[in-house]
Amino acid sequence: MQEADRSLRRDVGAIALASGAVGVSFGAIAVASGVSPLLTVLMSLVIFAGGAQFLAVGLMAAGNPFAAVVAGLLLNARHLPFGLALGATLDGGPARKLLGSHLMVDESVAFALARPDGPARRRAYWMTGGSLFVCWNVGAGLGVLLGGVAGDTDRFGLDAAFPAGLFGLILPSLRDRETRAVALTGAAVALASTPFLPAGLPVLLALTGLVCIPLTRRTRVDARS
Amino acid sequence: MMFAVVVALAVGTYAFRLGGVLLRDRLDLPAGVRTVLPAAAAALLAALAATAALTQAGQFAGVARPAGVLVGVVLAWRRAPFVVVVVAAAAAAALLRLAGVP
Repeated sequence: MQEADRSLRRDVGAIALASGAVGVSFGAIAVASGVSPLLTVLMSLVIFAGGAQFLAVGLMAAGNPFAAVVAGLLLNARHLPFGLALGATLDGGPARKLLGSHLMVDESVAFALARPDGPARRRAYWMTGGSLFVCWNVGAGLGVLLGGVAGDTDRFGLDAAFPAGLFGLILPSLRDRETRAVALTGAAVALASTPFLPAGLPVLLALTGLVCIPLTRRTRVDARS
Repeated sequence: MMFAVVVALAVGTYAFRLGGVLLRDRLDLPAGVRTVLPAAAAALLAALAATAALTQAGQFAGVARPAGVLVGVVLAWRRAPFVVVVVAAAAAAALLRLAGVP
């Protein structure tokens, strides 16, 4: 248990530090795009979703506030199925549900779902969500202070760190044949539609991968008969 | 105006987050739906990882990023520790860019 705890802390620490560094670049970019320092910090605290924040800042700077809201919400709609899938992870009173929901980000969901339902999953969820919340917001604040000095984090390869981390987290669940079929089909649909659809929609379309479930089940029955 | 955008995004995002959690309690989902939810989450995360690895603003993300992610995926496949996966992916992409690869 202690061994598992130590490795969880180390893994969460790595992704939280990376997210803090991206937060620094968010703070710097937002201020450079004309968002006030106070609003930049507030944004990170209350939205707490990196992708939507970058997208919204870009669209606001382009003078399109309506698109910023629609695109940001489209991108964040995935949290609804995430909440459904988390199951009993946020049980234990209304306070936990209210606070825990705000800590729902891709990484906390992925870390949690990589563990069996129960105390281990709950610990992973809260530890990941909490660490990311702190690091992301401290990072954004630093970025506001540092401004242009923060530069772009792509130079350090951080844009590769996030997808690699997500892949690493979902890989064990892909050993299950049915989940693998659903996930790979969904990812393919998302990739194929990305050039044609606004941000956020391709990822939601990945849910069409669920059609694989009756198919894989049917072939299993066929094989048996 | 910007303040209104931030408030709308914050309220909407929180509604999605809390909505899923509360719906799960309120709706008595049939067992069949319950069992496919983890697969649905895996599909969303896989799609996020794939689009983040290969695309940038709807276009191809260049070579360095996908190559770095590939290094991470191979390491994860070979059951390397998570920290190693993340750091190696970033380092590979950074080194490629240092060498002038886009």
